[in-house]
Formats: sequence, structure tokens, C-alpha cells
Amino acid sequence: MSFITVKNVWQQYADQVVLEGLNLNVNEGEFCTLVGASGCGKSTFLRLLLGQESASRGEILLDGQPLASEPDASRGVVFQRYSVFPHLSVLDNVALGLELPRAPLLGRLFGNAKREAREQAAALLTKVGLGHALDKYPAQLSGGMQQRLAIAQALIMKPRVLLLDEPFGALDPGIRKDMHALLLELWRETQLTVFMVTHDLSEGFSLGTRLLVFDKVRLDPHAPGAYGARITYDIPLNSDRRAQRAAVEALPLPLAGTLRTA
Amino acid sequence: MRLINRHPDRPSRLLLVILPFALVLFAYFTGSAERLADNPNDKLLPSAVQMSDAVKRLAFNADSRTGEYLLWQDTASSLRRLAIGLGIAALAGLCLGIAAGTLPLFGAPLSPLLTVLSMVPPLAILPILFIVFGLGELSKVMLIVIGITPALARDLEQRARDIPVELLIKAQTLGASTWTLMLRVVLPQLLPRLLISLRLMLGSAWLFLIAAEAIASTDGLGYRIFLVRRYLAMDVILPYVVWITLLAWLMDWGLKQLTQRAFPWYEGAPK
Repeated sequence: MSFITVKNVWQQYADQVVLEGLNLNVNEGEFCTLVGASGCGKSTFLRLLLGQESASRGEILLDGQPLASEPDASRGVVFQRYSVFPHLSVLDNVALGLELPRAPLLGRLFGNAKREAREQAAALLTKVGLGHALDKYPAQLSGGMQQRLAIAQALIMKPRVLLLDEPFGALDPGIRKDMHALLLELWRETQLTVFMVTHDLSEGFSLGTRLLVFDKVRLDPHAPGAYGARITYDIPLNSDRRAQRAAVEALPLPLAGTLRTA
Repeated sequence: MRLINRHPDRPSRLLLVILPFALVLFAYFTGSAERLADNPNDKLLPSAVQMSDAVKRLAFNADSRTGEYLLWQDTASSLRRLAIGLGIAALAGLCLGIAAGTLPLFGAPLSPLLTVLSMVPPLAILPILFIVFGLGELSKVMLIVIGITPALARDLEQRARDIPVELLIKAQTLGASTWTLMLRVVLPQLLPRLLISLRLMLGSAWLFLIAAEAIASTDGLGYRIFLVRRYLAMDVILPYVVWITLLAWLMDWGLKQLTQRAFPWYEGAPK
């Protein structure tokens, strides 16, 4: 059975249909890139996956269960902007994800628990290349570093699904390349299933193991909102990475675990 | 060069800052000297000597009737009322603003209510406060609280709404409940804004304080000014006004420093 199943999903605002008849099966560990013209519903689909909105019709199943209708810790997200908390230092931005679920009353940990959370956060931050900036505030970081922080912040939760809404859209081409390398490295090491909305076709092709193209197949010039977008192309990509992941999946669990973290 | 492109350099900026104050003082003391030359008993524009005598009498000589040093006693009473009023208003405004700005179910009834309440002229309900709370401290503090809480709450509600929805979603994906989200994301982001709102409200708070003291009180800066008005004691009124202005300015400056120290992330920390 597939990890994420999208069954005949429609999304409609008033009389504007955004998505129509969406069907999709995604296996755990796939890296799906979502491309398409502006306003064709890629981000809407991402919001549905996130639980920020619920579909007008149809359903989305995660591991056979209907998706929770509000955002929760099972799905991490990185937006193009406003992904990190401006009032927390880099370290606290990541440690927050460890504190919130464990401290329902005050939302913060104390003593040993706090120190452990911060150590864990610092280790992850060092890995994404922010080890030197733990005490800085996000406003003191460059755009690329802020997105590194946002990714670390999402990954500390060990989510099963990572949703990326044009995460590198505002970055310089050079920085973008570094971020691609980082993202692929993190994807290889974890079992993450990634959905990434992008405007950059080449980014979509080079990163994904599967490219989903959103487009409207029907268009009524007198009623532009009458029909929504569907997935018009579903292209498997980067077969080497797919094969590698499949091979790792096929190994007995303990060995696969060491390979992934290697 | 066009006027719009001309900037003062450091020394001339200092000069330009001092100039208007110096002009006002010069105009006052020339006027004062002229009037006193005509009539040494003139009360309208007291000289610097007369004013400093009055200050000495009020600040450094114990009052013969009560044994208190009036200026300090007045200052302490007024500042206490102001601090309690501002403290309660800040707390109430913060709670109402966060609730109305973050939780749609609370915002629906609270927002319109706060909008209407903030339109009620506080001084118009001062008689009601005296009737309900009596003539003691409570009614004076309540006037400040009622006068500035709605405006404070409305400002903070708007600021809470301005927090990008992405941040609220992100917090939920990090495992926040409604309560911890408000505690760790919304509240800390609103605290610096609360201090700024308080600064903007200081003027109104002083206005309400002095109005309440003028009408029913036995001490306080506002009380003293209105008391000595009967004797045309401009030599007391003017230093008191200057003293109140200085206190208000110091409070404003203090809140500004506090904002910068306590929330270095708020106005762009240095790269």
C-alpha cells in the first residue's frame, strides 16, 4: 500500500475551482517536485497535505489513515519566507521543536532536559552548516542561512513528510546550488518523503525522484474559474537515486539504518 | 542645492536642537523681567529666582502643617497611581489583545466591543467612576486603566494579527498547542510592541491622572497645581509642569531603552 494516497480530491473556493479530480499514490521516501504555472494549485495542494486547508471533495490518506485536518508534528514545512521565529536565537529556533511537545504547560524545558534539547539542536545545526551562528537572531542571517535554519527546524521533529513551498525561490543561484546539495544529503540520510513546490523547472528535474506537473486541461474563456488543475504529467526521475533508495529499503532494518546515517 | 537635500552636520544639528528651547526660555525671561520691572508684585511670569525659591520651599523644607516634603510626596503619589494604572492596563490590554488577535472565536465578540469601548471618552465617565468607586485611590487608577486599556488592546490585537500565518503554522508543526503557541510565539513577539504602545499612551495616562487628581484628591502633582491656582502661584505651577514633563520624558526614554535592551531582535539586531 502506498504511503500517501490522494483520492479524487477537489478544492474549490466559492465558484472558483482550483484543483479537480486529483489522484495520486506516493511511496514513502519519494522526492516529489511540484511544478506548474502560477495559480495552478501547487501551493493549494501543499496546504491540503499540510492540513492548513481541507479538501472540498475527496480525501487524502497518510498510511491508510485520513490526514489530520490541522497542522501537526508528523508533517514538517518550510515556506519561502517567515519560516523561522524572529524572537528566538538560531539555537532556540531549533530547540523549540524539542521543547514544545514535552512541555505542554509552559512550552519550555528546564535544567538537564533543556541542556539535552539544546545539544541535540546544536548537533543538527552544525550539520546544516550553522554551527558558528547558534547565538544569532534570524535577522542577522542571510537568506540562505535562514532557509538552512528553517530546514533544521523542520527536521528536528523527525517528520515523515517534509513540505517545501518554494523554499529557495528568493535565493541567489549559487546559494541555491548549495541548498540543493544540503537537501539531497538530508533526504538520503532520512526516510523523508518530500513534496517541493518550485517555479524553477531545472530545480524540479534535478532534485526530484518524481516530477508532478499541475495544469488545467479544460478552460472556459467565459468562466476562468469553472475548471481546476489536474496532474497532467507524472514523470519518474533520477533513476539512480530511486534505485539506491529501493536497494537500501530492501536491506534488513539494522543494516539499512547504519547505511542511512553513514 | 535644494532644501530637501541639505542635511545639518553634527555641530550644527546640536545647535538646531538647542535653538528652539533657548528661544522659548529667552522670550519667557525677557517678558518676565519686563513685567517685574513694571510691577514687582506681578504673579503671571515669575522670575527664575522666584521659581527656585518656590521649588526650594516645596522640595527641601518640610510643610509646616503635615511635616511632609510636598514635592516628593506629590511625586510619589502621582507616580504610584500612574504605575498601578499603567501596569493593570498593560496586563489587561495584553491579555485581551492576544485573545482577540490570535483566537478567531474570541476575536469575534471582543473586537467590536473593544472598538466601541475605545470610542467612549474616559473623562465623560469620570463622574461614574467617582460614584461607583468612591473618591479614593481606586477611582483615579481606574480612570487610567479604563482610559488606555481599550486602545492598548486594539493595537496589540492588530499586531497579533500581523504575525505571519506561516509562523503560526510552523509552530503547530513543531508540536505547539494553542496555549504554548500563544506563550512561546505570540506573547514574546508582542512584548516589545506593548512597550511601544505604552510609550504612545503615556501622554493620555498623565492626562487622566491629572484630571482625576484635580477633581478629587489630597495630594499628587495634579492636585497641587490646581490647588495653588487659587493664589495665582505661577512660581509653583510652572516648575511643577516642567517636573511633570521631565518625568514623562524620562519614562518614555526608560521604556525605549528597555525595548532595545530586552528585545534586541526587535528593531534589527546588528549583522
